[in-house]
Amino acid sequence: MPETFDVAIVGAGVCGANIARKLTSYRLDVALLEKEADVSFGVSKANSGIVHGGFHHAPKHLKARLEIQGAAMFDRLKAELGFPFVRCGIVVAALHEDEMRAVEQLYAQGIANGAIGIEMCSAERMRELEPKLSRDALGGLYAPGGGIVEPYRFVFSLVESAVKNGLRLFTGWEVESAARQGESWSIRSVDGRELRARFAVNCAGLFADRVSRAFGAEDFEIRGRKGEYYLLDRLTRAKPTRVIFPVPTSVSKGTLVVPTVEGTVLIGPTANEAEDKEDAATTREELDAVLRSARTMVPDISEADVITSFAGIRPTLGEDFYIDSSARAPALVQVAGIQSPGLTASPAIGEYVKDLLKRSGLVLVEKPEWDPYIERTPRAKELSPYELDELVTGDSAYGDIVCRCERVTEAEIVAAIRRGHTTLDGIKYFTRAQMGRCQGGFCTYKILKTLMRETGMGWNEITKRGEGSALLKGEL
Amino acid sequence: MKELCFDAVVIGGGAAGMAAALELEAAGRSAAVVEREDSLGGILGQCVHSGFGLIEFDEELTGPEFAERFEERMRGRPISALCGCTVLSIEAEGAEKVVTCASPAKGVSRLRAKAVVLAMGCRERNRGNIRIPGTRPAGVYTAGLAQRLVNIEGYVPGREIVVIGSGDIGLIMARRMSWIGCKVHAVVEILPYPSGLTRNIVQCLNDFGIPLYLSHLTTNIFGRRRVEGIEATPIENGGLVPEKAFRIPCDTVLLAVGLVPENELSREAGVSLNPMTNGPWVDSYLMTSVPGVFACGNVLHVHDLADYVVEESRRAGRFAAAWLGGARPERELRVKAGSNVRYVAPSRVEPGRDNKLYLRTMIVKNDAVLEVKLDGKVLRSTKRNHVQPSEMISISLGMTELEFAGPDAVVEISIL
Repeated sequence: MPETFDVAIVGAGVCGANIARKLTSYRLDVALLEKEADVSFGVSKANSGIVHGGFHHAPKHLKARLEIQGAAMFDRLKAELGFPFVRCGIVVAALHEDEMRAVEQLYAQGIANGAIGIEMCSAERMRELEPKLSRDALGGLYAPGGGIVEPYRFVFSLVESAVKNGLRLFTGWEVESAARQGESWSIRSVDGRELRARFAVNCAGLFADRVSRAFGAEDFEIRGRKGEYYLLDRLTRAKPTRVIFPVPTSVSKGTLVVPTVEGTVLIGPTANEAEDKEDAATTREELDAVLRSARTMVPDISEADVITSFAGIRPTLGEDFYIDSSARAPALVQVAGIQSPGLTASPAIGEYVKDLLKRSGLVLVEKPEWDPYIERTPRAKELSPYELDELVTGDSAYGDIVCRCERVTEAEIVAAIRRGHTTLDGIKYFTRAQMGRCQGGFCTYKILKTLMRETGMGWNEITKRGEGSALLKGEL
Repeated sequence: MKELCFDAVVIGGGAAGMAAALELEAAGRSAAVVEREDSLGGILGQCVHSGFGLIEFDEELTGPEFAERFEERMRGRPISALCGCTVLSIEAEGAEKVVTCASPAKGVSRLRAKAVVLAMGCRERNRGNIRIPGTRPAGVYTAGLAQRLVNIEGYVPGREIVVIGSGDIGLIMARRMSWIGCKVHAVVEILPYPSGLTRNIVQCLNDFGIPLYLSHLTTNIFGRRRVEGIEATPIENGGLVPEKAFRIPCDTVLLAVGLVPENELSREAGVSLNPMTNGPWVDSYLMTSVPGVFACGNVLHVHDLADYVVEESRRAGRFAAAWLGGARPERELRVKAGSNVRYVAPSRVEPGRDNKLYLRTMIVKNDAVLEVKLDGKVLRSTKRNHVQPSEMISISLGMTELEFAGPDAVVEISIL
């Protein structure tokens, strides 16, 4: 008899992670199924990392409501989980007279949504808020509650918290089919594994359409919209203090300039229909466009500061999120089309889905032993020399600086591996090693060795991000 | 937290650091070398090919042998080699410098010194720096990382190789990968001439029949999870010719697209940098803009040969020792990079003694002329059979020629 759960969540992105964490606060057996080698390896790993200000969407949309609710939950989540998050504020810069009218509309929309503290700004006020902003800015909008978050660290910490409270995480588990067996779902993976669950939640991101069909539920199509980014070195002169948005267009929020929580600067994204949802290739033309538009807002941006580029693919469905109990399949909640502001809304999506499940008959009994906190891994980069010295006394691996660019110690690499992040990308997202200006040129071989020592993996089992991405091709 | 005091702390235990420390010690100064790896030698340890030492030792050595000669000289000398120790910061405290460093064995220590010699070497430019679009699969390595994996760790990073850029490490790795049975399909270089030494083009590519595509830009990297190929596009008359773009299948890309002096620590210590070299501006004593902080080797500017690195670093060690003894340049003249010269290091000379200068040209030319001018007046004109950007030029200057220069006189060096 296969293992049986109360709820199986398909997809360990930011939605799945929030839902999983919420559900593990009740007396429930919960499984989280992820097709990739680690959590947050899909849509959630490559996006702008913004906690939005509540003014981009009209009040009639579910996403507008969840954005406001979700954004308000981040302070508490950070206190419990310790992921990098700062409310640095968001400015929307109008560069032409007609854009000021659009800003007024955003302001009205924000007020209607209940966004707190937003204000209309003169050119002078804009420059005071953001000295890096172009002299061409005629004015704009300021949302002090907006902020920045490291999306993968957010997901990692949510899942870690959920696992601590009893979640069963299955990585490399790709759903192939699901069928009703009495009062529960029998879910099968492409490699022939099976588990049972009384309820299921589909938050499979780009592949929510495929998963919906696997459950015999609604037939819809998720389309990918590609966004390309450049990441700039932390030493760039172009680092703003707040997130800078242009005035949005009908299809996208435009190219942003983001001071990331970790001190680098992110510029992007573009927005183009992706023929192929798995094709995250960047192109010269689009990246050039990113540079051009970012420079209209922050003229100091230079291509000499680029340390890497990447593309993320957002799952688009309709104008709004599609979060509802399936009308065709029993005991299935659909969480689909979660594009921007999905990251911001995700904590509220966790609550919303919990309520939908309750309405479908899932009994929720709070677990008094639920522990919202997780163990913090001290980070050498954030410590004074005295504090670091003290740590080395307890664990000498804190004295071994593996990644010189981001100052990551071996102890932090080991902490990542012991939490189950056993691919190079997983270690990178957890620790930031390989993420700095040398992009792994110096530390990759050290991480390889630590990974083999800690896990007992052979050289041929080491991958960048799971199956098919082997790092090494042989031994001498 | 431990605290130790020295006359001088040398940061980096490669060829440059060892050469500088040996001179400091020989001049009777107490010195420490801080090295982040577990042993001295720096990058030389993974350069198992020969070609080192022709100038320094008058014989051809491998990288490890070259390093070993210096380690040999270090042994028995009262120089503190702090290995496995990473420098976190360099700060000035009054006239003293405080170098804070961390190691697994000793935790965080503070090293107090009157002088600091920067000898951290350089790092490789990577894919992001040259902005190659495409996917982000496994199998994209800098040539130096691949060299480490093959020569020290004993792993084969890939079987079907394309090298992007014709820097020396890339050329050497093209040969190395061929030797271990891999197929090197191409070396793709954006410039119309190679970036590496001519001897490496001959010995590493020509001898192995590896095609070198000059004037070709790498315009794409393919492959979702592991590299499947690259796209090269020819450049003709200064523009890309997309219709002539072609794909080269491979499972591995090695990047040899240049080196950058590693000056993050120097920058944080307030040292001003020359944007042409990414290394510190130094005076005729090889001293940076921060008094008592000296720089030498690849952290100052990227050298072609380890032999040049140690030559320069020995001078830095001697100057640092002299400076500790109270010596200062009597007077200095500014040195300017003139026509077709990318940079000259150092950027100051002291008249009345022999000044050694290294410079790099921006052009490829046969029968070139190296011209030294003082305040617009030609001091010296020397013929050079051939110049190219990848081959560093060294000159000596100043013993008598600059004797009568005025205080604000400028020395300008050009390649014509």
